[in-house]
Amino acid sequence: MKVVATRPESLTEEKFHYCPGCTHGIIHRLIAECLDEMNLREQTIGICPVGCSVLAYDYFNFDTLEAAHGRAPAIATGVKRMLPDRCVFTYQGDGDLASIGMGEIVHASLRGENITVIFVNNTIYGMTGGQMAPTTLIGQVTTTSPYGRKVEQAGYPAKMAELLSQNEGSAYICRMAVNNPANVNRTKKAIKKAIQTQLEGKGFSMVEILSTCPTNWGLSSIEALKWLEHNMIPYYPLGEFKVKD
Amino acid sequence: MNHRLSGNEAVAYAMKQINPDVMGAFPITPSTEIPEYFAGYVADGEVNTEYVTVESEHSSMSVCIAAQAAGARAVSATSSCGLALMYELLYVAASCRLPITLACVNRALSGPININADHSDSMGARDSGWIQIYAENNQEAYDNFLMAMPIGETPSVRLPVMTCMDGFITSHAVENIELLETDVVRKFIGEYHPEHYLLKKENPLAVGPYDVSPYYMEHKMLQAEAMKAAKARILEVAAEFEKISGRSYGLFEEYRMEDAELALVLIGSTAGTAKAAVDKLRDDGVKAGLIKVRVFRPFPGEELARALAGTKAIAVMDKSEGFSAAGGPLFAETRSALYDLNQRPYMVNIVYGLGGRDVKVEDIEKVFDRLADIAVTGETGPVYSHMGQRSKEETA
Ligand SMILES: Cc1ncc(C[n+]2csc(CCOP(=O)(O)OP(=O)(O)O)c2C)c(N)n1
Ligand code: SF4
Repeated sequence: MKVVATRPESLTEEKFHYCPGCTHGIIHRLIAECLDEMNLREQTIGICPVGCSVLAYDYFNFDTLEAAHGRAPAIATGVKRMLPDRCVFTYQGDGDLASIGMGEIVHASLRGENITVIFVNNTIYGMTGGQMAPTTLIGQVTTTSPYGRKVEQAGYPAKMAELLSQNEGSAYICRMAVNNPANVNRTKKAIKKAIQTQLEGKGFSMVEILSTCPTNWGLSSIEALKWLEHNMIPYYPLGEFKVKD
Repeated sequence: MNHRLSGNEAVAYAMKQINPDVMGAFPITPSTEIPEYFAGYVADGEVNTEYVTVESEHSSMSVCIAAQAAGARAVSATSSCGLALMYELLYVAASCRLPITLACVNRALSGPININADHSDSMGARDSGWIQIYAENNQEAYDNFLMAMPIGETPSVRLPVMTCMDGFITSHAVENIELLETDVVRKFIGEYHPEHYLLKKENPLAVGPYDVSPYYMEHKMLQAEAMKAAKARILEVAAEFEKISGRSYGLFEEYRMEDAELALVLIGSTAGTAKAAVDKLRDDGVKAGLIKVRVFRPFPGEELARALAGTKAIAVMDKSEGFSAAGGPLFAETRSALYDLNQRPYMVNIVYGLGGRDVKVEDIEKVFDRLADIAVTGETGPVYSHMGQRSKEETA
């Protein structure tokens, strides 16, 4: 029998605690596959966030450092400046990165920190039970916007990839999604490209990944993938926003 | 009215009855439900509060400070790291004499990360100039929140108030509680007419400006005086509250202390467990008693000294570690309060329940056993110890 797929070495044997249909797990696996294929597992330090992926250190089979909510880019900066020849990445949700950690991410990008950011955008604070995030779509129902997000009260959803692509320090910025196999493959390529950008010392790289939260969206796994396609992608267009030569 | 509510819902309901002008909202376990329930009230038009979903607790406290400076009533809720992130602004709120009301749902501080109850968050803010009132159960969480504004807003006080309850144990457990009618609450709270606010024609104002050395100390002194004045006001408000609710509150609760020889001093939900232990011991003829500290700021030192004067041995139980190398904060202050007694009882400190570690009636009974020994032998043993601490071998 021919083995066609195995567990990446960069993942531990630990079972994911994520809800059924949550795409955090797919994104973990993509990162692990990329690090394996690039032979980087023993050179990598991951920075874990506060959010549903707070336990990412249980799943990644390499050293990790836990950041306070939103502070991962500052933590990554410290690690990378001391160990410039290692691969350093942060894994952050949209609450972590675009809300409480908005300052850190913008300044890491402005400074052109040579780190890679994996930004998981599911338009909601998942871990705390589905409150409105800066990325929540207009009209989207959350526990703190029971009749849908209203612009007059909560303003407009943050487009982080577009925002950060404006900064000179940003070397590679893109937005991907993991709602179907083709997009999953594209996301994997983008993660590799972001890490390669770091290896070449070009500066700040970020892959924003549109992800699902079936639990807090109140949808089944399949409905959640459709909701992502029909609601998120039109507002958050996929593609590369900055590619520095 | 009898209702079944969690501690969080009870506090959110108190906020709804008060109908504050502004709420700064940012979620953090275990206080998240408070802004969630409140979002529902806002969306359904049951309150006309400006509900601001900010990007961090630093901003939610900033919004509250600004709103209060503009002459409005502002509230917020938080826990743990959220309170820690507010730290800078807590001092600003207190020194600007802005009577904001904050529901703190107690949770252990990082690190290591832990979401369960202990008092490390609010104890870390104990010297920030906020009044701190702690609840044992859901009823007290509701009542304390209602009493907070009449205390904080009174001209002799004008200080922000933090009402605290234990995360999950109180915030999430559902209990039968009595709610007051909203018109009764509104009358009790009254309208807010601060003396100073932004753009008051007769009195141009800069809030929170730089303070030079020749004045800074005088301003700090005024704050210290306000905290002293708060004690009397807290009791006055409690007396008014008793008239509308039938429930009476002091700076602390004395439970079977009349002739107690062995006493515990502690804060929060553990009081329920300790009362059960006291009852059991009393049935066996042991003269056991309990003091549940309700108001930690201002600290009721003289009153505690009087209440504890007749005891032989006391264990002060801290649900937070102060890393002073000499015991927790409640211990330090209680022991100091008893210094002037002619006959000082023996005192030990037991740090317990960190990061949500459970404490049972039997655990409390063991503490009383130890106190009984101390009272007889006069040997305190280690003065500062940790309850149920496992050895290095056991945790390896
Ligand atoms: C200072 C501070 N404030 C608030 C929190 C509570 N908190 C924990 S996770 C979280 C939001 C997480 O959302 P996101 O980053 O989108 O990740 P997800 O859970 O959706 O994957 C919040 C607000 C905290 N841990 N620390
Ligand atoms: S709450 Fe949402 S983001 Fe968190 S694990 Fe469940 S589905 Fe995923």
